[in-house]
Amino acid sequence: MSRTHHLTTLASGASEHRPLIITLFGLFVVATLIITVWAGRQTKDAADFYAGGRQFTGFQNGLAISGDYMSAASFLGIAGAIALFGYDGFLYSIGFLVAWLVALLLVAEPLRNSGRYTMGDVLAYRMRQRPVRTAAGTSTIVVSIFYLLAQMAGAGVLVSLLLGITSDGGKVAVVALVGVLMIVYVTIGGMKGTTWVQMIKAVLLIAGALLITFLVLVKFDFNVSDLLGKAAENSGQGAKFLEPGLKYGKDSTSKLDFLSLGLALVLGTAGLPHILIRFYTVPTAKAARKSVNWAIGIIGAFYLMTIALGFGAAALLERADILASNKAGNTAAPLLAQAVGGGADSTGGAVLLAVISAVAFATILAVVAGLTLASSSSFAHDLYVNVIRKGKATEQEEVRAARWSTVVIGAVAIGLGALARDLNVAGLVALAFAVAASANLPTILYSLFWKRFNTQGALWSIYGGLISAVGLVLFSPVVSGKPTSMFKDADFFWFPLENPGIISIPLGFLLGWLGTVLTKEKADPQKFAELEVRSLTGTGAH
Amino acid sequence: MTTEAAPPPGSTGTPLAGPTAEEFVSVQQSPEFAELRRSYRSFAFPLTVAFIAWYLLYVLLSNYAGGFMGTKVFGNINVALVLGLAQFATTFLIAWLYARHAAAKLDPRAAAIKARMEASE
Repeated sequence: MSRTHHLTTLASGASEHRPLIITLFGLFVVATLIITVWAGRQTKDAADFYAGGRQFTGFQNGLAISGDYMSAASFLGIAGAIALFGYDGFLYSIGFLVAWLVALLLVAEPLRNSGRYTMGDVLAYRMRQRPVRTAAGTSTIVVSIFYLLAQMAGAGVLVSLLLGITSDGGKVAVVALVGVLMIVYVTIGGMKGTTWVQMIKAVLLIAGALLITFLVLVKFDFNVSDLLGKAAENSGQGAKFLEPGLKYGKDSTSKLDFLSLGLALVLGTAGLPHILIRFYTVPTAKAARKSVNWAIGIIGAFYLMTIALGFGAAALLERADILASNKAGNTAAPLLAQAVGGGADSTGGAVLLAVISAVAFATILAVVAGLTLASSSSFAHDLYVNVIRKGKATEQEEVRAARWSTVVIGAVAIGLGALARDLNVAGLVALAFAVAASANLPTILYSLFWKRFNTQGALWSIYGGLISAVGLVLFSPVVSGKPTSMFKDADFFWFPLENPGIISIPLGFLLGWLGTVLTKEKADPQKFAELEVRSLTGTGAH
Repeated sequence: MTTEAAPPPGSTGTPLAGPTAEEFVSVQQSPEFAELRRSYRSFAFPLTVAFIAWYLLYVLLSNYAGGFMGTKVFGNINVALVLGLAQFATTFLIAWLYARHAAAKLDPRAAAIKARMEASE
């Protein structure tokens, strides 16, 4: 399929206003690089590199968590999905928000109290170190790489679209630029630099969304019912546009698929390694709780605004124009910004388009930096130090390994992102959530709360959840057999759902239990006493 | 038992200072700790079950009760939108309730146990 005809509206606007957009991108890059160098000067030991010296406040970390979590997929993707599918687009954001309660009630504080730098610290706490660290590291890196790959490929398409770049070489260059910037942020600035990039991005994203939401609501005299009515009318779907079913309600398979997705979203967030390592950047469990509460407030407010953005785009833009610019609706938000700023030929429209494009760019950079840091931390701390060197590396060697693995993981992500730029990799984000919910969450919860849980149980649930989630997706329409598949010319699918969660999540929990009860290995009650007391009281926390 | 000689948890080579294994076991079995654990679990566990059930109910209604969800409440606002916003509201509410419970019931108990353990080192 030719890609050029997707670019009409925005590209004609974009090429004209490209200097302004590039200037704003440039400003963000320069500002974040200055902060990165400043943060790098203060990054001396492993606690600085992995956890930003544990000196951030609950509010700062809440902002950074929001910046880490609200990806371009949730900003542009949800606004676009609402613009095209109405109510069903909004369903996505609810799962993304409710999920934070799992992190708040069950995971954030015990993790902060009993771990040090990675998810593996908690999973391996009372188990045999080497096998469990290997499993935790593998799962961390797989989840993060899938997520990263989706972001990188998306960044290539999106930034090219915003800048009006149509050549293949140009798209590869954009992916490479994003990759190099994220490597620089993480290797030089470590967690401290990454956190500041994420905080700035969160402020920009909220400010941008507030501005557009305000301008949309002004057009309807702040009458939300009128806005919805106009959106429904303009969509050509009438009242159906405001009801569930347009996207997920086609048939019984797509309904089951949505249930499966909903499970993965709500249980996956608290098992995402790049989110978990953020809890180590604050001094106490109480501050970790405060950060999650701030994050819930900020992310919730943002998703409420996506309702105005999405339905605003449906009401104020022509559906054909949204589809012409990007089939998935990913440019609905920037197009809406242009429209409420005064239209394609006005200065106001150009400025707002440029601002929202720059916000999208900042969003991508902050998320990919967080993902890269999560995978390199786990590689260095779990795999290199505790498995390969058996815990005998010095702190300097450990930080050096973390920096080098950042470079390697970044280079791999650039390579895969460039190769995958024409594949539909959006499904990989849902897969990352499914693996996190199937492999990581059961193991975290059993470790913290179930006395009998042992090494075999941990290995069974991590590998079982990981292999079943990835395996089912491999044989699903995400990878082959449909026009929207990653490899649309191949056909080896037999698993009907795009989201494996409904099978793989219960399986992960079941295997963790089976692995524990079927093996003779006894859990160490002293170790459990230590973990339980530490996790609830913060005694001896780092 | 056939455990390998494992390095201390979270280790980069330096052993963790702090209370001994026996002290942890005796604290874990103390009535103060049992009270802290009960106060935490009896709040967090039922609430987790409740909000997951409420979320799944919402997903199932969206999937299989389209007619009900499309009922107009006022203007163009239908049941689906009201229930969606209610998910936001309950999420904010639970976060606030937990923060309040933790500050009143969990933090003082946890701090007292921690202070006692770290003082006796």
